[in-house]
Amino acid sequence: MKQLTFKATTYFLLPLLLLFSIFILLRGHYLPGGGFVGGIIAATAFVLHSFAFGLRRTRQLIRVNPRLLMPFGLALAIFAACLPIFQGFPIMTGLWLDEPLPVLGLIGSAFIFDTGVYFVVLGATLTIIFSISESV
Amino acid sequence: MLFAVMSGFIVASLIPVLGKFIRTKWSVLLTALPACLFIYFLSFIPRVAGGEDLLITYQWIPSMGINFSFLIDGLSLLFALMITGIGTLVFLYTTSYLKGDLYLDRFFGYLSMFMAAMIGIVLSENIFTLFTFWELTSISSFFLIGYNNTEKPSRVSALTALAITGLGGFFLLAGMALMGNITGTYSITEMLGSGDIIRQHPTYYILLICIFMGAFTKSAQFPFHFWLPAAMKAPTPVSTYLHSATMVKAGIYILARFTPIFNGDPAWNYTLMAVGGFTMLYAAYISIFKSDLKEILAFSTISALGILVFLIGLGTAGAIKAMAVFIVVHAMYKATLFLITGIIDHETHTRNIFELGGLRKVLLPVAIAGLLAMLANSGIPPTLGFIGKDLIYESTLSAPVFPWLLTIAAIATNVFLIYSSILAGIKPFAGKLPQQFKNIHLPSWRLWVPPLLLASAGFLTGLAPSLLEHSLFYPVVNSIMPGTEAMNLKLWHGFNLVLLLSAITIGTGILTYLIFKPAPGKVNWMEKFSKYTPQNIAYRASVLFRKIAVFVTSSLQNGYLRLYVLVIISFLTLLLAYKAFTGVEIYIDPSRISPLTSAELIVMLILIISMLYTVYTPSRLSAVAAMGVIGYCICLLFVFYSAPDLAMTQFTIDTLTVILFVLVLYRLPKYINYSNWRIRLRDGIISLLFGTLMTLLAFMVYNEPTNKSTAQYFANNSYTLAHGKNVVNVIIVDFRGLDTLIEITVLTISAIGVFSLLKLQLNKYDQEL
Repeated sequence: MKQLTFKATTYFLLPLLLLFSIFILLRGHYLPGGGFVGGIIAATAFVLHSFAFGLRRTRQLIRVNPRLLMPFGLALAIFAACLPIFQGFPIMTGLWLDEPLPVLGLIGSAFIFDTGVYFVVLGATLTIIFSISESV
Repeated sequence: MLFAVMSGFIVASLIPVLGKFIRTKWSVLLTALPACLFIYFLSFIPRVAGGEDLLITYQWIPSMGINFSFLIDGLSLLFALMITGIGTLVFLYTTSYLKGDLYLDRFFGYLSMFMAAMIGIVLSENIFTLFTFWELTSISSFFLIGYNNTEKPSRVSALTALAITGLGGFFLLAGMALMGNITGTYSITEMLGSGDIIRQHPTYYILLICIFMGAFTKSAQFPFHFWLPAAMKAPTPVSTYLHSATMVKAGIYILARFTPIFNGDPAWNYTLMAVGGFTMLYAAYISIFKSDLKEILAFSTISALGILVFLIGLGTAGAIKAMAVFIVVHAMYKATLFLITGIIDHETHTRNIFELGGLRKVLLPVAIAGLLAMLANSGIPPTLGFIGKDLIYESTLSAPVFPWLLTIAAIATNVFLIYSSILAGIKPFAGKLPQQFKNIHLPSWRLWVPPLLLASAGFLTGLAPSLLEHSLFYPVVNSIMPGTEAMNLKLWHGFNLVLLLSAITIGTGILTYLIFKPAPGKVNWMEKFSKYTPQNIAYRASVLFRKIAVFVTSSLQNGYLRLYVLVIISFLTLLLAYKAFTGVEIYIDPSRISPLTSAELIVMLILIISMLYTVYTPSRLSAVAAMGVIGYCICLLFVFYSAPDLAMTQFTIDTLTVILFVLVLYRLPKYINYSNWRIRLRDGIISLLFGTLMTLLAFMVYNEPTNKSTAQYFANNSYTLAHGKNVVNVIIVDFRGLDTLIEITVLTISAIGVFSLLKLQLNKYDQEL
């Protein structure tokens, strides 16, 4: 019975937590939050899911191997860092769009960078936890 | 220019993608890389011969004085031509020598990388880029020596070479950093101009030792020479390229490059003369007792390097001339002999000179190359080697100190070298052809053309030395000693003392060979002394070193996490206790302390209760849960003191930590009370001490006058410069973004570390090897 409650809760919690993590990521530039916390919250969501439904189901749900999220995130961050070079600015200069986008708000290279952080943290956390839980 | 230097690295990085393609017969195409570079560097000859020094600068880290600046003068051009010229032949040779090898692509990758690094060394005008390239040659050499990585001797030799040259590189870095410090510049040309300041500086002798160590280890001078014979485990093209023609000359290059600074100082000249002189004599003597062709060549190479160091030590204009000529001579004949050895090894599968003989009947072009190389090696006219040897005698005869002693040393060295060159260049081809070698055929042209080309070049340039004189040799001398009068290289100097000495040398050399015939018994006789060689001593030292390392590691890191924590905490405690012991001023201003609120009080109470619970609970899981509560309490404290970002992160991290602990502990047996009261007491005391000291530290921080200018800057500019209202996040992703980039890289590495520790079964792999 307990297990059932847990599963049912997780079923709804997973999308909510993921959405929340993206919300935290987005609002990071103005209010407490950011890629690091966001990534960990997303990882927690998946870990919760794996507790309820088993690791195999979680891996199926994520589809990509969490390990691959790390290089993806790193590439994204490096891309954001190098973006200013093409416009003749030094590396890591913040670039910003002139007009805010709908929903997302004002977007700049710092946001892409933060998204990279998000994916690296998510990938690293999941890799570590999954590796440990598979080997014990 | 930058592209020319980097092209080798670019090719090397493309190799993994093009691997399959390179393993086929198309590997020949790679020869185009050194060939193009060779032609490119040839095009500089007219300008350099005209007395022009080309300085090409690309900015890298200009704020720290580190730039990619390349200098093309006589000295660097000579080396660059040698590297690319011999490189072309070695690349061509390798395509046939290692044909069908499973990892041919990898080999070419390392080789291209090495070549690029070597070009980088000789062209670098900035000491930091020079050092970077220097280390890159050591690393690529490590991979090339250990190319047959399934064989243990190969791996050991590779490690030896890396250890010795790495040690030298470390010293070189220290020496160069000192030089940079003294002169205030990292540009070599600017340093060369401030020799006086360097020589009068109090750290001058330390600096000199560092430079010597760097050069002597790389150029295999006694007592660091033993890595070179060991490195002969590498495939022959590697021995040819790295260990006779180029890499080992990097040390010579450094010495020659810095000659303008140090020359004239007795410490410099006498050390080089002594070390070089001893090395040349010792190695030449050893070389005649060896039976393996490659070992003979290795020792005669060490001897030749000794000669070069010795000539730089002499430091006269004549000696520098002799050095310039001898570098080229040696590169040509020694590379030839190595390539020949490779062919012999490839065809007969032995390198033992006592088994080889009569190969001229089946490998005629190779035999011709061998003969020509031997003539050059022995300094028999009309080869360039003859001119080189004459120049050496001339410079020893006119040496400022002990001219006769030095001349005799040079003659003795040459006698031994003639002996060993006959062993390597003539012996395998002379006499009767043994039965088992009857059906050997001449291999592909790609194997025998390179040595023949090199050997003929050495022969032909001897006939017309003036060809190279103005274009190559004189610019070298001029770049080391500006304003030296033009040289006049001639094959025939008329009857004089030098000619007589030459004749004596050649005569004695050949006579010695005829009288003192090589025999296996003599080889064994020499083996008895192997106990006292530097190699053996270094080996024992490394074994001892490893034992100590194992002892220290196993006593500090025994695999129990509790011990690790104990060691770390005790060390920190000691450090802090020392600081507290030396005196700390603590003054607490009561007016700055805000009153305790009831919320804070409650959190503190919960904190203390859960701490006590953690310590006294009999169950692992509840201890972990209590730890989680402690974490959350700290989060709440962060919230109280207006650090919501920190609180949020701490909260999520704590949650994850508890999950991780539960994952691991879930599988462990139920709580066993294995720690007795003594251990508990010890841990308690250490914790208390550590806690007290941390509190003390916190008070100290509180007392420090804080500098808030950075914080103020971030707070003021986060919105105007970075469009962010959350200063913490702006610092993370913008102001200090590079830190974050590095941090997430570290995070990735640690995740890969955890993954590979848990998932890759390396133990099994180790047992198979």
